[in-house]
Amino acid sequence: MSSSRLTIFRRRLTKFVGQFLESKLGIFGVLILIIFLFTSIFANYLSDYPTKATQGNLKDRFSPPNNKYLLGTDDVGRDILTLLMYGGRISLLIGFLAAFTSGGIGTIIGLTAGYFGGWKEDVLMRITDIVLVIPRLPLMLVLSAILGTSFWNIIFVISVTTWTGTARIVRAQVLSLKERAFIESSKAIGASDLRIIGVHLLPNVFPLILAQMVLGIGGAILQESSLSFLGLGDPLSISWGMILHWAFSAGALSSNYWWFIIPPGICITLVALGFTFVGYALDQIVNPRIRSR
Amino acid sequence: MSLENKLVIIDDLKKYYPVRIGLLQSLLSKERQYVKAVDGVSFHIKSGEIYGLAGESGCGKTTTGKLILRLIDPTEGSVNFKGRDVINLRKSELKEFRRRAQIIYQDPYESLDPRMTIFDFVAEPLIVHKIGDIEKQVEGALERAELTPAREYFDRFPHELSGGQRQRTAIARAMILNPEFIVADEPVSMLDVSIRTSILNLMMRLRDDLGISYLYITHDLATAKHMCDRIGIMYLGKLVEEANVDELIDEPLHPYTQALIAAVPDPDPTAEKSKVIIKGEIPNPTNIPSGCRFHTRCPQMKEECTQEEPTLREIRDGHRVACHIC
Amino acid sequence: MTLLNIENLTTHYETRGGSVKAVDDVSLTLEKGDALGLAGESGCGKTTTMLSLMRLLPSNGKIIGGKIEFDGIDLISIEEEELRQSIRWKRMSMVFQGAMNALNPVVNVRDQITQAIRNHEDVKKEAAWERVGELFQLVGIDPKRAVDYPHEFSGGMKQRAIIAMALACNPDIIIADEPVTALDVIVQAQILELTRELRERLSLSMILITHDLSVIADTCTKVAIMYAGKIVEQGDIIEIFKNPEHPYSQGLLTNYPSIKTKRMTFTPISGRPPDLINPPPGCRFHPRCSYATEICSQEVPVTIDLGGGHYIACHLKTN
Repeated sequence: MSSSRLTIFRRRLTKFVGQFLESKLGIFGVLILIIFLFTSIFANYLSDYPTKATQGNLKDRFSPPNNKYLLGTDDVGRDILTLLMYGGRISLLIGFLAAFTSGGIGTIIGLTAGYFGGWKEDVLMRITDIVLVIPRLPLMLVLSAILGTSFWNIIFVISVTTWTGTARIVRAQVLSLKERAFIESSKAIGASDLRIIGVHLLPNVFPLILAQMVLGIGGAILQESSLSFLGLGDPLSISWGMILHWAFSAGALSSNYWWFIIPPGICITLVALGFTFVGYALDQIVNPRIRSR
Repeated sequence: MSLENKLVIIDDLKKYYPVRIGLLQSLLSKERQYVKAVDGVSFHIKSGEIYGLAGESGCGKTTTGKLILRLIDPTEGSVNFKGRDVINLRKSELKEFRRRAQIIYQDPYESLDPRMTIFDFVAEPLIVHKIGDIEKQVEGALERAELTPAREYFDRFPHELSGGQRQRTAIARAMILNPEFIVADEPVSMLDVSIRTSILNLMMRLRDDLGISYLYITHDLATAKHMCDRIGIMYLGKLVEEANVDELIDEPLHPYTQALIAAVPDPDPTAEKSKVIIKGEIPNPTNIPSGCRFHTRCPQMKEECTQEEPTLREIRDGHRVACHIC
Repeated sequence: MTLLNIENLTTHYETRGGSVKAVDDVSLTLEKGDALGLAGESGCGKTTTMLSLMRLLPSNGKIIGGKIEFDGIDLISIEEEELRQSIRWKRMSMVFQGAMNALNPVVNVRDQITQAIRNHEDVKKEAAWERVGELFQLVGIDPKRAVDYPHEFSGGMKQRAIIAMALACNPDIIIADEPVTALDVIVQAQILELTRELRERLSLSMILITHDLSVIADTCTKVAIMYAGKIVEQGDIIEIFKNPEHPYSQGLLTNYPSIKTKRMTFTPISGRPPDLINPPPGCRFHPRCSYATEICSQEVPVTIDLGGGHYIACHLKTN
């Protein structure tokens, strides 16, 4: 049986890739992301410059872009291009982990509320509404201030404030799937609730969740950048947001050290855009409402 | 008729759905409104029998079928399967019941999981009940449902199959646990006419070979005549007539049954055209007429029909009617 | 008098998988006052034939060949605008499958019918409203209900409203695609009775498309049986239903459950309708036909007249 499962998987994959390649935005997004992923992963092969926070050539601080430093240097003489490459690692990692966790929370809440209904649904949906109503950034600030600023805390703060979109979408999808005959048919053969949720509902909801998660990575990177920029990021790690934080702290704006500010900003924007494009393309494929049959 | 012969016994089964009303209305009006989908239905199905439950949409036949399988919980009444009460079964006993009583749905496009292969879908009951030798059993079930060669269907998905093939898949899945009783909810009404008879033939063959009983729910009296041994006619949640199928169709006693039979068009163009012998339309189920609920449309209505609800009485041997005039 | 003459109509759909030969060399005539039943299973091309007639095919459908003549007018070459102005709804109207569920839920029924009238005739609103009242009387709906919304109508009433809409401009022909399939038995009988009545009162000519042979037997005077895009047999209804000559017609008619006949064992036709992208060579029914001979898989059978307007396309009869 396993060999035929592989062929089924391959068939689905080819069909999916075919559909994805029809979306110009999707292709563009993937290209952007490939470039950034590549430079982040292979940063230590691409750059000569070590990145330890102490290793900066103070003589060369605040240099504009030149032959030695392609994007100039920061306030302690570190190569900005190198910082961006290493910074990508943290930004992307936090983005993935936060979006994944957020998607996970949203899925569990959406599945439970949608499938079980009753008081469980009421309670969960009211919680969702409350979180939705509270302004996101202030909430994140308050949570960060309480919990402290570390790598994992940032992931936690972002996850806990961004799951609501997924929860609502998953619940809506579950509500409509629940009414379909094949779900009742599973009950009729004696399947447990867990089996119905895991084997019947989840696979039918999964593509939607995936699209949401991909969109969420872009969002999470933006959130992380905002938090770090405001000084609530992990001071021991380099992320694009942190670079911006250092830039502003060092007065780069008023001194017109544009190479310190604009490159990180562009990176954040491009990556967020890349994930949004890919997420949008995925959504076009999986969303039953907007899909044109 | 010995008790052992009766596989399924339903007594005074009721299912009321409360109508959701706004806050203001609930404050103003005292009485709660209900849709009385099933309002006191009693009948039995014998072992190896095909019992037809017929009526127009909204009469409660599908709800009755699902109540028997406990896919819906009744408001009142009892369901008895092989001498045991189904309503109050514990979880483990319920699972055991599900092995013996299965369902086939009307819509072959909705009753299969679109993301599961045919193999996985038909195998699922075996997995749920932890029965082994899955591959062989699935192959056997598909072949019995006349999907041959069975192996060619293993890796296919529902959207690759025709309506008739999907319905056979549903039958294979319902059969794989060797049930004793199947509720068939309008199993052929969404299939092409030329395929209907082959699916019905399959169902009858399974009954002849394996002794399965069916509750055949339908609005089509023509297929019911050829499938069923006995048939019950439902109107607005109640059983109005029940008899052997030939007797019911040749000598219907209840005016509603007479109207249903007169309305069926005949494929013989020289025969009498279909007729409408009752007036009006089916009343709103939240506002059921007083007395006999059919009186608003009955051409033979009397005074007492508006006041007292008739009970289902045995007029002749095996022929029950709920009517003041009969 | 021949009202409608379809000759050798061929319509294809272009899909990614290839060209679907949905309607192939179909010829039909409709005399004034006739009710022609177009029977066949889903996918046999009956709906496509009618969509071709009204030129309402989807974007990937094309009439490849043939002639459609309505009262002397060539419907294939006529300009789209003229077709819309003077033929569609005015002289030929169509009741689509599931039309009763396609009523606009936010516009009341009277206004929807009024809109249909005013699209084709230059009349004042009030005149149109009066006409709606008349139409409702004709189809058996209480005219006071005209201002209700579709969801306030029952299934039967909605279908009557759809029929009223189709009759709004006094057409010569009504084409109805599965008009009673979704209805309950008694409501279906009411609509069928209405159809018979209207035909008599208005001298209406009708084409009724359905897979339900009993509905055709109940309302039609002529019948054409389609299979896989081709007409296999057609003629007077009593003749065809009593003496079907084509193996497919025989298979359909002898295996049709009827409430009046005694219980019988059915022997349904084996197999499935063919793929129309690559239909079988020769006679499209030959893979399922128990009488098939060698010529059936090689040559497309020609339609011949068995006498009395009974036409058949089958090699068994050609000899």
